[in-house]
Amino acid sequence: MELYALGIDVGSTTVKTVVCNEAGEILHSAYQRHFSKVKETVSEQLESIAKKFPEAQFRSAMTGSAGLGLANAAGISFVQEVHAAFLAVRTCYPKADAVIELGGEDAKIIFLTGGVEQRMNGSCAGGTGAFIDQMATLLGISVQELDEAALKAKRTYPIASRCGVFAKSDIQPLLNQGAAREDVAASIFKAVVDQTVAGLAQGREIKGTVLFLGGPLSFQKGLRKAFVEGLKLSEENAVFPEQAPVFVALGSALYAEESKDSPRMAKALLEKVQNAKATSDVMTGDKLFASHEEYAAFVERHKQCDLTYADLRTYEGDAYLGIDSGSTTTKLVLITEDGRLLYSHYASNEGQPLDRIADRLKQIYHDKNENLIIKASAVTGYGEDLIKAGLSVDYGIVETVAHFKAASFFCPDVDFIIDIGGQDIKCFKIKNGAIDSIMLNEACSSGCGSFIQTFAMALGYDIGEFSQMGLFAEKPVELGSRCTVFMNSSVKQAQKDGATVEDISAGLSASIIKNAIYKVIRAKSVEELGKNIVVQGGTFLNDAVLRCFEREIGRNVIRPAISGLMGAFGAALYAKEQQEENGETSLISPEALENFSYTSKNIRCGGCTANCLLNVIRFSDGGRFVSGNRCEKGAGIRRETEVPDLYNYKYDRLMEIIQRKPVRKKAVIGLPMVLNFYELLPFWHTLFTNLGFEVVISGESDRKMYFSGQHTIPSDTVCYPAKIAHGHIEALLQKKADFIFWPCMTYNLGEPDTDNRFNCPVVAYYPELMKANHSGLNNENFCYPYLDINSRKNVIQVMRKVLEKYGVQKQIPAAVDAAYAALEDFRKELTSKAKEIISQARAEGRKIIVLAGRPYHLDKEINHGIHKLITSLGLAVISEESVAPMGKMPHLHVYNQWTYHSRLYRAAQYVTTQPDMQLVQLVSFGCGIDAITTDEVRSILESSGKLYTQLKIDEITNLGAAKIRLRSLLAAMNQQK
Amino acid sequence: MEKERDYPIFTKAMKETHTILIPTMLEIHFELMVHIFSIYGYKCEVLHSESRAVINEGLKNVHNDTCYPALLCIGQFMEALKSGRYDVNKVALMLPQTGGGCRASNYIYLLRKALKDTFPQVPVISLNFVGMEKDPENGWKISTSEIVRILYGIGYGDMLQTLYNQCRSYELVKGTSKKVLNVWIKRVKKLLSSNEYVHTKKYYEMMLRDFAKIERSTVPKIRVGIVGEIYVKYSPLGNNHLEDFLISEGCEPVVPSLLEFVLYYLFTKGNELKLYGRKSAALPVYQMFYKMFLAEQKRVVRQMTEHGVFRPPHDFEHLLHSVEQYIGLGVNMGEGWLIPAEMGALAESGTENIICTQPFGCLPNHIIAKGMSRAVKERYPNANIIAIDYDPGATRVNQENRIKLMLANARASGNL
Repeated sequence: MELYALGIDVGSTTVKTVVCNEAGEILHSAYQRHFSKVKETVSEQLESIAKKFPEAQFRSAMTGSAGLGLANAAGISFVQEVHAAFLAVRTCYPKADAVIELGGEDAKIIFLTGGVEQRMNGSCAGGTGAFIDQMATLLGISVQELDEAALKAKRTYPIASRCGVFAKSDIQPLLNQGAAREDVAASIFKAVVDQTVAGLAQGREIKGTVLFLGGPLSFQKGLRKAFVEGLKLSEENAVFPEQAPVFVALGSALYAEESKDSPRMAKALLEKVQNAKATSDVMTGDKLFASHEEYAAFVERHKQCDLTYADLRTYEGDAYLGIDSGSTTTKLVLITEDGRLLYSHYASNEGQPLDRIADRLKQIYHDKNENLIIKASAVTGYGEDLIKAGLSVDYGIVETVAHFKAASFFCPDVDFIIDIGGQDIKCFKIKNGAIDSIMLNEACSSGCGSFIQTFAMALGYDIGEFSQMGLFAEKPVELGSRCTVFMNSSVKQAQKDGATVEDISAGLSASIIKNAIYKVIRAKSVEELGKNIVVQGGTFLNDAVLRCFEREIGRNVIRPAISGLMGAFGAALYAKEQQEENGETSLISPEALENFSYTSKNIRCGGCTANCLLNVIRFSDGGRFVSGNRCEKGAGIRRETEVPDLYNYKYDRLMEIIQRKPVRKKAVIGLPMVLNFYELLPFWHTLFTNLGFEVVISGESDRKMYFSGQHTIPSDTVCYPAKIAHGHIEALLQKKADFIFWPCMTYNLGEPDTDNRFNCPVVAYYPELMKANHSGLNNENFCYPYLDINSRKNVIQVMRKVLEKYGVQKQIPAAVDAAYAALEDFRKELTSKAKEIISQARAEGRKIIVLAGRPYHLDKEINHGIHKLITSLGLAVISEESVAPMGKMPHLHVYNQWTYHSRLYRAAQYVTTQPDMQLVQLVSFGCGIDAITTDEVRSILESSGKLYTQLKIDEITNLGAAKIRLRSLLAAMNQQK
Repeated sequence: MEKERDYPIFTKAMKETHTILIPTMLEIHFELMVHIFSIYGYKCEVLHSESRAVINEGLKNVHNDTCYPALLCIGQFMEALKSGRYDVNKVALMLPQTGGGCRASNYIYLLRKALKDTFPQVPVISLNFVGMEKDPENGWKISTSEIVRILYGIGYGDMLQTLYNQCRSYELVKGTSKKVLNVWIKRVKKLLSSNEYVHTKKYYEMMLRDFAKIERSTVPKIRVGIVGEIYVKYSPLGNNHLEDFLISEGCEPVVPSLLEFVLYYLFTKGNELKLYGRKSAALPVYQMFYKMFLAEQKRVVRQMTEHGVFRPPHDFEHLLHSVEQYIGLGVNMGEGWLIPAEMGALAESGTENIICTQPFGCLPNHIIAKGMSRAVKERYPNANIIAIDYDPGATRVNQENRIKLMLANARASGNL
């Protein structure tokens, strides 16, 4: 009788089986996508094994992220997949030093030499096969095409790799601005490599012979290339085993062999799998529709909100064109004078919005009645500027306003609009005929339309079909309401527990709605939303999503039949309104359109030190369009007067202050320009300089600096301002300071009327983390004493110890006093500068924005130049700490125990007393404390009729969302007048 | 600043009429606490609901980026109030408040915000020992004698938890450890009702004897230490029944005692004053309690070592001395230096497999947990540490898969 080992690897997307003999020689192997039909696929493969080896007995083991449940239910032994891979490597490649394996949703590293260590990605799927799939979907191509494109790349762009959602935010603008698809493809692969290094290796160097495993690495040449180049491996050191796709299955076979699993016939195993009853602890909800009749009534009710139609070929008279160039889709409508629909288009922009829209316009010109005259046109959406420049569209309109216009057409007394698109959720409340508050999903697109789409594709369905399947699901699963990535694993769990595709489809629809309501709107009760709710955006075309929304809020809503076209429709209405005042359309003529073409080129702007990477598009008519610039300089615009900006002023002043050096230096002290140094720099600089020390700072942050320190970051989910500190330490170590000084400060300076004066835990103790994770730091070159900055006595005491060997003991008290004075002077200077800016702005008739965050939001790499964006809209900018002294502490509903945050409250209170001022709050992604402050600041502002605007920022540099918010704010401010 | 109060407080009269609800965390300890509070005339009840409604209410009522423990505690309260199981006019809610620099000091405010619209009549009690929420009308008062009784109660809880955990993974007859535990919980309650409870030595001796009698397998198991943020570390609702999962995987969960956290808290109060050269009238009180329970803990360690059957808890002073090689004692937000100290102590005492539980995005844990594991591993190269994040969206499969990887590592390297 033959005795073999059988390994079954059930991954998140595929099933792999391997049959081998005792020596580990593979006799049979199979690799198959399971489209979440795990049990069926495993059974199928076992059947073919039973046929091929009818007489054989097998020792067997199962492995893989989706295999655990099945193995338990079927009574087959289970081995953790990293461990299985380890066994296979040990047998087949005993000389390997490290193994990198990328799977559907997992990424793993095994270090084999110099201390065995096995690591796996945390609860984030960034940099895995799922991430690559998502990106391919975004580009509108298959993974294979993506791979081929990447091989032809000429350059790469920096793309956030931590999370698919962030990467999308980086890629989308690149696409909208016309970056070459090949280059974007290669950048995606590079991001995967970065993520592996940053997220998994965490400071441990990947060197020697490296083995690459898993589906993506065995099928995608471009990805292989990126790894070999990224890790600087020689050809012989990068090993891509032939059996890579089934390698882990082989490992589990070896485990079965090693653990002497009791032999069984393949048929017996098959039986076990088929009889496996999944333990069902999956949460389920109610059916969406009890019956087909109920559904029919639902459809009928929503049918009533439709436009009337007119024929493009026969209609004679004036028409208005509206274009919505969205992040993933392109929408066009052409309407008649009285709002009838002549033409509509809704499709993916395939990453080439300009080409797609030009094509549609050609078609309209071709098909239209010769007596139909397009009187005016307007464009909205992410691609607004590009389309406006390229096709000479008459007007640009901010998305939120376009949506409001369209919603009012269907429901004149609308008081709440929610729009769920491909990548955004936008909600706004309407009060007194104006947009009152806007809520957008920040930095996170959890539960947006493109997610369902990616998911449908992963399961092998088309999106329409997939969402339809949920309508009559028996037991919709509860999938929670968090990040896309987390939802992936919830789905995985539901599949394991035997949920059907129908149940999952319905569950996803419910999740999207929960995200929108609880994460974005943060509503506690339906009354908060208002009575007349209009829902729109492509995602609401999905009846299951619409049903879930009505169910969740317990009220019927209006969904216009052109739900996906509302932005474009609003733009068309706007074009019509505007045209009545102005004259002829400037829209590109049919003749010019025939010859329309463009070229795109990247250059560096030399306008300032930011050195923005500009994308310059030249159109065939000689016009050009510049993007990638943060201020107007890059676009070649010169303003007559500079808009006052306290952020610029403060930064320049800080850099000026540190120019002062002692005549004769006793030693050089390095200060990292991070976190609280943006406030305390005048203090420390004065203290050290007065004592005869030269102060050097780490320098200005940029992305490169961040990457240089990335390998020492132990916790990837901490805020960007903290993570960037690792780069500053690298920079300081190059500067040959005698030591780096960075005190630990549980307590901050005191502020009036507070409960306490804490720093946040990250600001307080980050030096401890740095010391523990940077091997270049030691007790000689890194000084991080604990001190209470609020106590003169304590500061003197601590500094005496720190500077013990320099013989400056006696001068310390005076230097400390001078330091306090310098800090006080600087704060006063900021306040008086703020007052100056306020009066200048008022003299010039400008509105004023208090851009409120933390001291470190002054860092240009952290704020991404948002202050410049604001001034480019003609608004003056001041900061929270400069106006906080002029405000009073309002009545709060939180424990007011953090210094920086207490300033926010007073700044907000001050804003409520100034008619021409609004507050914009900058929030760093991952800032747990702002989970508390944002709601409070919002309530302070809204209680006095002010608008609340929050901008969430992270390492991503996409200012698109920020721009929409700020322009919406501006529109609302103008409307409020 | 004068703050007007716009929420109800727990008045003296309510002591007679109201039931105080307490969120779940530590089964044994909280049962004893409820009993102690009843001795002083407070009617308390620990909530046990773990339904999905708990998480949904949490998501609905607190900012989603708030830490998971807040979300669960507040969710559990809201679920209870809405369930119809209680007369909402006759309940009060209790949450602990530490007054430290992490977000936990704000839970109580977040709870009040959540109550404001739906249950404005429900008062919230802050359980704290630093004089927060002082109000002349406040009907919730803890005297020094009560604090002593509570601390002793914690001691008894720790002892029972330690013995129970060390027995139940090895018991030959399923359920015997639980039986002994239940008998002892009853007895300890009786002790706490009288003044007998101070004779810990005598009763611990009896406990040790009773648990030692349980028939246990001598085959060694993989020991897995659990450290982390206090709520997810202890609460089965927070950590998806981590202890039970480890037992089902054939491991012995090793959970540090609650008294360690209490001593940490008392110590850092005094240490901070010293560190920043400050004075406080409360210092002697902290020091008194600290000394008293440090001595008690030392005695327990000695007693257990002499008895020789069970592993004693970590000596707190040893934790203090050994942690300074990783991190400064000034780190006192959240669990502060206690987490790296416990990781080190576990590794040192042979429990090299360590799970560090943390709420996703917990601020102090960036520093004290993930930030310190490298330092601990450098000192103890065999330490096998993983950090597991808990939040409403994280799935059990994902968490368990990672724990299984750790266990595979443990088995491969023979870490028992």
